[in-house]
Amino acid sequence: MSKSLQLDSQGRLRHFLSIEGLNRPLLTEILDTAERFTQVGNQSAKKVPLLRGKTIANLFFEPSTRTRTTFDLAEKRLSADVLNININNSATTKGETLLDTLQNLTAMQIDMFVVRHSASGAAHFIAQHVPGGVSVINAGDGRHAHPTQAMLDMFTIRKYKEDFTRLRVAIVGDVMHSRVARSQIHALNMLGCPEVRVIAPKTLCPSHVENLGVHFTHNMEEGLEGVDVVIMLRLQNERMRGANLPSKDEFFRFYGLTESRLQCAATDAIIMHPGPMNRGVEIESSVADSQHSVILQQVTNGIAVRMAVLSMAMQHNSGER
Amino acid sequence: MKILIQNGRIIDPANQIDQLGDLQIADGLIQPTSENFEPQQSLDATGLIISPGLIDLRARLREPGQKHKGTIFSESRAAAAGGITMVSIPPDTKPIIDSTAVVELIRQKAEQAGFVEVAPLGALTKGLEGEQLSTMGALKSAGCRAVSNAQNPIHNTQVLRRAFEYANTHDLTVFIHPQDYWLKDGGCAHEGAISTRLGLPGIPDAAETAGVARDLVLIRSTGVRAHFCGISSQQALQMITQARKEGLPITADTAIHHLYLTEMDIGQFNPNSHVIPPLRTERDRTGLIEGVCSGAIQALCSDHQPHDDDAKAAPFEETEPGISGLETLLPLTLRLAKEQHLPLIDALATVTCNPASILGLQSGTLSPGAPANITLFNPDTWWTVRADQLLSAGKNSPFLNWELQGRVTHTLLNGAIVYEAP
Repeated sequence: MSKSLQLDSQGRLRHFLSIEGLNRPLLTEILDTAERFTQVGNQSAKKVPLLRGKTIANLFFEPSTRTRTTFDLAEKRLSADVLNININNSATTKGETLLDTLQNLTAMQIDMFVVRHSASGAAHFIAQHVPGGVSVINAGDGRHAHPTQAMLDMFTIRKYKEDFTRLRVAIVGDVMHSRVARSQIHALNMLGCPEVRVIAPKTLCPSHVENLGVHFTHNMEEGLEGVDVVIMLRLQNERMRGANLPSKDEFFRFYGLTESRLQCAATDAIIMHPGPMNRGVEIESSVADSQHSVILQQVTNGIAVRMAVLSMAMQHNSGER
Repeated sequence: MKILIQNGRIIDPANQIDQLGDLQIADGLIQPTSENFEPQQSLDATGLIISPGLIDLRARLREPGQKHKGTIFSESRAAAAGGITMVSIPPDTKPIIDSTAVVELIRQKAEQAGFVEVAPLGALTKGLEGEQLSTMGALKSAGCRAVSNAQNPIHNTQVLRRAFEYANTHDLTVFIHPQDYWLKDGGCAHEGAISTRLGLPGIPDAAETAGVARDLVLIRSTGVRAHFCGISSQQALQMITQARKEGLPITADTAIHHLYLTEMDIGQFNPNSHVIPPLRTERDRTGLIEGVCSGAIQALCSDHQPHDDDAKAAPFEETEPGISGLETLLPLTLRLAKEQHLPLIDALATVTCNPASILGLQSGTLSPGAPANITLFNPDTWWTVRADQLLSAGKNSPFLNWELQGRVTHTLLNGAIVYEAP
């Protein structure tokens, strides 16, 4: 079902909802397309006319700075008309259902929706309810998926490491509540990464995580041993209230990425973080700013990768109409 | 009206009867067979099974309180179409069934509709709030056969203990939905491989087993008669089975969808597979089926929860849980018999005399002198479950487009034909 929802009969991208249900050639195509789009950002006129005349609505039911901004930029660099709609879940939408909101926007002849929502499955739900020819891009749904983030991370990894089939990658922190981690795990596995490790206290690791194709350890030093890529996840304050953790300090003590812990990893290991980053909670400040860190490159790459996904989905979309 | 049902296969689990024959009905009662019975109407039951009307231990009719989802009329009519002649109603209506007036209201409405008998369950605590005892004595006098706190938690174990003691004082069975509120923690799917993959908040097995463990301790100490509703995990079933072997006065049911569906059926966020307790693993499903076959689970029910379309038109975790199940209870029970090589008479016991006995009733039989609540069905008819053909106002079934075998042709309530297949 996921396959038929995301891909058309020719296997082209129709919606971009989750990494699951896609395939390696398609992921590689996204990365290659993004590669070409990185040039656009380096030109003095940072614009290509690919999506001229198309209207894209960025529908954000959850606050976001980085993701929303880079989508916005990517859309504008593709010459699309952009509508930014921020809907505070608790207030504005009272009384109006998600379906109503969607139908109203559809009536405005939007060509593509970029959606972020706090409920897992929201992007699938929206994709099931838009008219044919309208594409949906998932910009994060609950704890489920954040596929463009995962793809920009893959893009960044490929920049530095080239061959996925020889990589050891560690994902550290709140995997339980992380849509980013779920999408990264699927993407790494799909691209042939032989060893993905999840490092977290048991309270922040979902049950049956091994079924996703990872090795789990709650020991940071052990988990970091020899890894080529360290992906740190953001720790949210509410985890302290939900009995997932005693305190930020205690988390940092056992799972914070410090210079000394980084010694366990490969000497040329890169450090990634989807942001926003809590210095002194997940990561030591000096490590975040060190030469190992590619965190800011991730942000830059986010624009090209999102341009790639938007243009590929719209390509399909133009063909259909 | 004198009715003669001719030449059917009479299956009466309570009396261990499974034979071809006729059934004579007069004055709303099943009559002892007599040579000179002169019927005003005859029903040819050749090729059909004549069964006691089904008794469904758990069905929300949505009235009073949620008439946009269903009414006593619409849902009891759907029940009759499903061959059901009695439904037991959890007390979480609005208003809650914690006063005799609400019991009366439901009974009157059901009588006016005239499709099924209703057995409203009384609230175990006032307002189902888990704090004050309900007026169980009065509720019993008004006709409640049992009391329950439905899916509302009772955090205070002292209140729970007193509620059990007080129910026992009035010789009432307590219907328990075992679930530890804190372990459930806002979950919407079984905590396992699927919830992890889809990022859905999970409900661990432990939510059910911890609930069962606590309740068993208090059942043991108070001696109250208890019925466990909607068991979904194999482990909880094992605990209940063990305690029953030790002599505790307990019974258990499961919702029939738990015998057919697992967490896998959530697929890509199918809201019709959102139920509480959640669909669990294949191991649980198999364990529950074995439990039905061995008698560890005595009753099957629909756990009918009809919804309006809006309730299911949202991302999975924001949809309302529940399945519209009245019209698929019988065919799914028949399928179980076929697949598990369970004698039909034993399968039908789980939806007739067993639930009756859990409610403390002598009904659910075809004994002479019993009320003529009867279902006639063709066990061979194939049909496809389609939303537009379900009589229930709720079309929220995960079995839509399933081909099922066994279709009701007639349902009789107190000797009157209340449903006849078109």
